[in-house]
Amino acid sequence: MAKKEVKIEYNKGWDLAPAPESTSHIKLKKKYDLFIGGKWVKPSSGKYFDTINPANEEVLAKIAEADAKDVDKAVKAARKAYDTVWSKLSGKERGKYIYRIARIMQEQARELAVIESLDGGKAIRESRDIDVPLAANHFFYYAGWADKLEFAFPNREVKSLGVAGQITPWNFPLLMVAWKIAPALACGNTVVLKPAETTPLTALKLAEICQQAGLPDGVVNIVTGAGATGAEIVNHNDIDKIAFTGSTGVGKIIQKAVAGTNKKVTLELGGKAANIIFEDAPLDQAVEGVINGIFFNQGHVCCAGSRLFVQESVYEKVMRKLKDRMESLIVGDPLDKNTDIGAINSKEQLNTIKKYIKIGKEEGAEMYQPKCAIPKKGYFCKPTLFYNVAQSNRITQEEIFGPVLAIQTFRTVSEVISKANNTPYGLSAGVWTDKGSKIFNMTSQLRAGIVWANTYNKFDPASPFGGYKESGFGREGGMHGLSAYLNLDS
Amino acid sequence: MAKKTSIRDFSVTPSVDQVGINDRITRIQKRSIKKESKMEGLKMILNMIDLTTLEGADTKGKVEQLCYKAQHLHDAQPGLPTVAAVCVYPTFVGVAKKALGKSGIKVASVATAFPSGHSSLEIKKMDTQIAIDNGADEVDMVISRGRFHQGDYNYVFDEIAAIKEVCGKKVRLKTILETGELGTLDRVRKASDIALHAGSDFIKTSTGKIKPAATLPFTLTMLEAIKDYYYETGIQVGMKPAGGISNSKLALQYLLMVKETLGNAWLSNEWFRYGASSLANDVLMQIMKQETGNYQSKDYFSID
Repeated sequence: MAKKEVKIEYNKGWDLAPAPESTSHIKLKKKYDLFIGGKWVKPSSGKYFDTINPANEEVLAKIAEADAKDVDKAVKAARKAYDTVWSKLSGKERGKYIYRIARIMQEQARELAVIESLDGGKAIRESRDIDVPLAANHFFYYAGWADKLEFAFPNREVKSLGVAGQITPWNFPLLMVAWKIAPALACGNTVVLKPAETTPLTALKLAEICQQAGLPDGVVNIVTGAGATGAEIVNHNDIDKIAFTGSTGVGKIIQKAVAGTNKKVTLELGGKAANIIFEDAPLDQAVEGVINGIFFNQGHVCCAGSRLFVQESVYEKVMRKLKDRMESLIVGDPLDKNTDIGAINSKEQLNTIKKYIKIGKEEGAEMYQPKCAIPKKGYFCKPTLFYNVAQSNRITQEEIFGPVLAIQTFRTVSEVISKANNTPYGLSAGVWTDKGSKIFNMTSQLRAGIVWANTYNKFDPASPFGGYKESGFGREGGMHGLSAYLNLDS
Repeated sequence: MAKKTSIRDFSVTPSVDQVGINDRITRIQKRSIKKESKMEGLKMILNMIDLTTLEGADTKGKVEQLCYKAQHLHDAQPGLPTVAAVCVYPTFVGVAKKALGKSGIKVASVATAFPSGHSSLEIKKMDTQIAIDNGADEVDMVISRGRFHQGDYNYVFDEIAAIKEVCGKKVRLKTILETGELGTLDRVRKASDIALHAGSDFIKTSTGKIKPAATLPFTLTMLEAIKDYYYETGIQVGMKPAGGISNSKLALQYLLMVKETLGNAWLSNEWFRYGASSLANDVLMQIMKQETGNYQSKDYFSID
């Protein structure tokens, strides 16, 4: 008997009307100067660059470009604030300022979320529910540590480092700034921070929040610019610590630059995480986890689960479920409350993703994209699966940093462990199984800084985050995140 | 004795992760259903309601009033659909059938020693037969939860199959799992698989007599089971959450969950129902709000 073809149709039928978040309450200046010594300072070169909305390619504001002179000014301001004010304050007093910043962030959460989505292209659902609240939580969490540092490291003398130079990426603009600034301030350091050039707005809003919180001048300095500005921070000789989150390529340059100096370094770099589904896993929830793992923030996530390993016995089922689930993903206007996948952060990044999709096709991998419509204007990319791939494909080896998933099958536990670890990276991994003992076996053998079991992309300020191998070193978040900003003498 | 190979082994069924289910539901709840999609959804919901009265105090008069309401939800607003069915005890099926006449609204009857299900198979079959003889279009049976907890999965399966045999092809069988008594989502999934494979036309969460009644996690677990069964056999089975859905917002979330899980083919009262008594008026209030721009008092909507 010929089996009738069974298919489910998700498109059209009952569609959701547009539900855009209002932008009427947003206060953005036309032009942003540098935030140095508690004041807005014009760049010495007089140069400004545009920051645009990747969803419609419109200019949002002009941003100052900091050069060597400006960075030097910022470092001097940070040093002065460190020597005269911040290092002299008690932990309790420092904590009060940090709590105040956290509370003002909460008060302005809606504005921050909308600006984050405008500037970076991420769906408002994520900036509203994840980025902004989590950023505020980091300030709350580290505010709590400020007067308890000696309890975090018993029998050791804790001392602040001095001035920290910090460089943050464009994928979680405000959240990464929070990860950097909150522990630095709690430990008694002052900072010079450079946000990514495509997404500087929320960092500059945070500078305004620091002013509103009455934070002493010079404790937080924000200098905007591209790679050259970052290099000035890295190479400045009055900086005690470099914290960088970004690409592995730049991370390597930074490490070379600080070699032979006294600067402490933490690097949080790329990843190509393995998300592993065993046949005994709750498959529907595993599929949901895979979706969250790779399509969260358009795949612009260093810990994205970009390699999926499926046990061959359930491969067909998982593929079917994955494809079905992708049909109800909504790609489009980042400000629409129903959008699941927003805009790709920049034209440059979109080109990189397109390049890898082309490579995947040329390598002979099979590709799947849902039928969803994508806007004509702006930088958008459909969620994409590549299957029938191997460890030897470039799309499974290299970090794409976009909504592209490479799917492989496996047969045994030992095979999947060796393949999961067979990468230059080691930031994160995911394991899906109903069996607790299997989870413990896997987590102890996977060489990744974070391993999620039966969930993915869950973050908490109390939980340390960081990688192995080319994913970097040092930990951010949790108690571990404190030691990156302290000198510990026994 | 060797078992027949055609009998499925229900001791092993797919596992369900509570945390993951909740994550998925949070995504659905955060969808914004507004304007024309809200209106369209609300009208669909009205047309999917099984208007229900299952009280010890039910009388002929009460059932007749409910049947009138089912056909005239809110005459002040023309163009509204009717509900899908009226759901009553077997003894009131005749009354309801007569009252509903040729309206096209179905009569659903609970049966099989509703709500506990503690009775012999003979009595359950008779109960079902009486409902059908009185003119029921649909039968809502309860599974034997006691036997299910004892691990007699084949007994539960056989019982459903036997009741379906009584129903025949014409009468649609809705199988109530009473999810609030099953304990975990894993067991809800197991009961769903048993009910699906035994030939149910619908699977239904609850009797309405136990708390929790219908919830989004229970319903999602059952929808996933329906989907897997559909892919496996090509047979489409309906879903009916019942009890505890009393406002439009929640009902819209259920509807969106159906769409995102099972697609457009399930978005009609042939395949999706709400078992509810007070939901209709809340939906009507929302429709009038959309139409007029103002909320009206509850007293502008009839209670039957």
